[in-house]
Amino acid sequence: MQAQQKENIISSDRSVILNLSELWSYRELFYFFTWREVKVKYKQTALGVIWVVLQPLIMVAIFSFFFGHALKNDNFLGLPYPVFVFSGLLLWNFFSSSVNTAGNSMLTNAPIIKKIYFPRIIIPVSALLVSGVDFIVAFVAFVVTLIYYQVHVDVLALIVFWPLALVFVLLGTLGISCGLAALNVKYRDFRYIIPFGLQIALFVSPVIYPASNTSNPWVNYVLALNPMYAAINFFRVPLTGTSEMNFFLVMISSVSAIVFLLLGIYYFKKTEAFFADIA
Amino acid sequence: MKPILEIEHVSKRFRLHHQGASYLSFRDRITNLFKSTDVTEDFWAVYDISFQVQPGESIGIIGRNGAGKSTLLKILSRITPPTSGRIISRGRIASLLEVGTGFHQELNGRENIYMNGSILGMKKAEIDKHFDEIVDFSGTENFLDTPLKHYSSGMQLRLAFAVAAHLEPEILIIDEVLAVGDAEFQRKCLKKMEDVSRGGRTILFVSHNLVAVGNLCTRGVLLKSGRVVAEGDVKDVIRAYQMDFEMNQNTLWQRTTTSRAPLWFETIKIQLNGDQPALSLTIDLALRSERKHSKGFLAFDIINSLGVTVMQAIPRIDPFIEYQPGLQNLEISIDLPPLVPDTYSLSPWLGAHNNETFDMVNNAVMFEINESPTKGRTFPHTYDHGSIVPPSSVLKYTK
Repeated sequence: MQAQQKENIISSDRSVILNLSELWSYRELFYFFTWREVKVKYKQTALGVIWVVLQPLIMVAIFSFFFGHALKNDNFLGLPYPVFVFSGLLLWNFFSSSVNTAGNSMLTNAPIIKKIYFPRIIIPVSALLVSGVDFIVAFVAFVVTLIYYQVHVDVLALIVFWPLALVFVLLGTLGISCGLAALNVKYRDFRYIIPFGLQIALFVSPVIYPASNTSNPWVNYVLALNPMYAAINFFRVPLTGTSEMNFFLVMISSVSAIVFLLLGIYYFKKTEAFFADIA
Repeated sequence: MKPILEIEHVSKRFRLHHQGASYLSFRDRITNLFKSTDVTEDFWAVYDISFQVQPGESIGIIGRNGAGKSTLLKILSRITPPTSGRIISRGRIASLLEVGTGFHQELNGRENIYMNGSILGMKKAEIDKHFDEIVDFSGTENFLDTPLKHYSSGMQLRLAFAVAAHLEPEILIIDEVLAVGDAEFQRKCLKKMEDVSRGGRTILFVSHNLVAVGNLCTRGVLLKSGRVVAEGDVKDVIRAYQMDFEMNQNTLWQRTTTSRAPLWFETIKIQLNGDQPALSLTIDLALRSERKHSKGFLAFDIINSLGVTVMQAIPRIDPFIEYQPGLQNLEISIDLPPLVPDTYSLSPWLGAHNNETFDMVNNAVMFEINESPTKGRTFPHTYDHGSIVPPSSVLKYTK
């Protein structure tokens, strides 16, 4: 044993700042949690991994069949409806499945939390990583769709806006997921609130139909608090150009994503020490 | 040399909410906004605990149920924070409060070894290095690619302990994980832990099994109601614990708190009758039912002063304990085998056939046996060689 060991102090003081060096030392656990969920997810299914591609494709088909016809006269930013809805669903599915699994993750992993210490934030973050794996597969399917419909893509805009869209999706999703995961430990009501919230959020996000601007600016401002608003708008820029984007609303949404991130992580860190006592 | 672990005035308080719910619902929060009638009671699970651990030492933490042992281990493992006080550790701590944490029924043996090892704090490279030893120790080499759900519970346990046994932290915290598994496997585990402690690692061991603590540890800490009441050489501490056990000997137990079970013990009273080796125990029980429950039956564990359960009696109740609001009384008799002089305790259990537990009271009542089971002989009986002296005779002796 080394003569000079690093001293660790356990006390009642808790920091609300993420300890990044500790997280780095636990990097393998991120991998194992994610790997476990990915492995388990499609076990004992006949189609297995094919479900990852099939799920978004079926959703696109359903939305195209119903909304594509119903909203025939609308303007989908000049895109074929399947491409339009897929571009939104791609990000939306990542957000929704992350929030859903991460929101319940502290409870499903309660037996582990009560027996072993590790930075708790690994659990909701690995829920995001699991959805990330699905996202990558769906993304490939999306690119194939773009090629099939011969959509014109602005490569320069793509290099700027797709990474930007991903960054904002990640910030918003991470914040909301962590916040809900922590809230769910204390108030189990969130187990029921989350699915409803996600359904409402799907209809106020510009996924199925374009971001329609109502005449009342305040309604627009409120709707723009949704962090997915900016992300989906950014993501569509390389396909449609920026002509129809409302920069002010996108700005609100971007700031909101950052606020959600800070609030979510702050609340998570503030309450995480007591998860084992009440989970 | 500096101590590897310094525990300084550690206390942990739990708030007991008397509404019964341990977590709040949003509705509670909202309704409570307008009234402040939330009845809470402070409960100090551990209070002002201080001791030091030197590198390479193995320390046994003993005490009765509810003495604060598990809470102390949870604080040391960083699972729950102390309310006050602090702990300085100078080494990597790994804790084993349960075997098989993070096991997933759908994953196969190989995958579970990696998952579990990683949760316990092993690096992938360490698991790779020990993989063959782990498989060897658990004896599951033919099932590595079988999903865990097809393992027997014994196999799962062996696999879980095998992973845990290959942890290599400077400080290892172990909570009664040995209380499970068959005797052969328990011996294997104890052997492994002795090797670990001889290998210079520091061990904190919590167990009811005083034999295991005595064999494994050099120093002991005795907890009572969340406080340290004795500390020092493990033999002295075990003796202090046994003394305390005897002083509290009691033949009547009465419920002082309310129970949420549908059927529970209200009073338990025992009386020892007869002479060795034909002693019998009469147990008077009063049970109370509040709600409808499935058919119940009783079991009685008899535990010696080392904390080892020596036997279990399962009296036949014809037909069963049926639901009947209010009190029911039972009188039960247990014929005791010839027992080694010692203080024994009785833990009654009340449950249903589907393994549902309604109520159990650990070490509810006690009785002492002073007489030798082999009267007229001078051979001394000690619990080191078991608690029961079965009748034996020589059938043939050829010179």
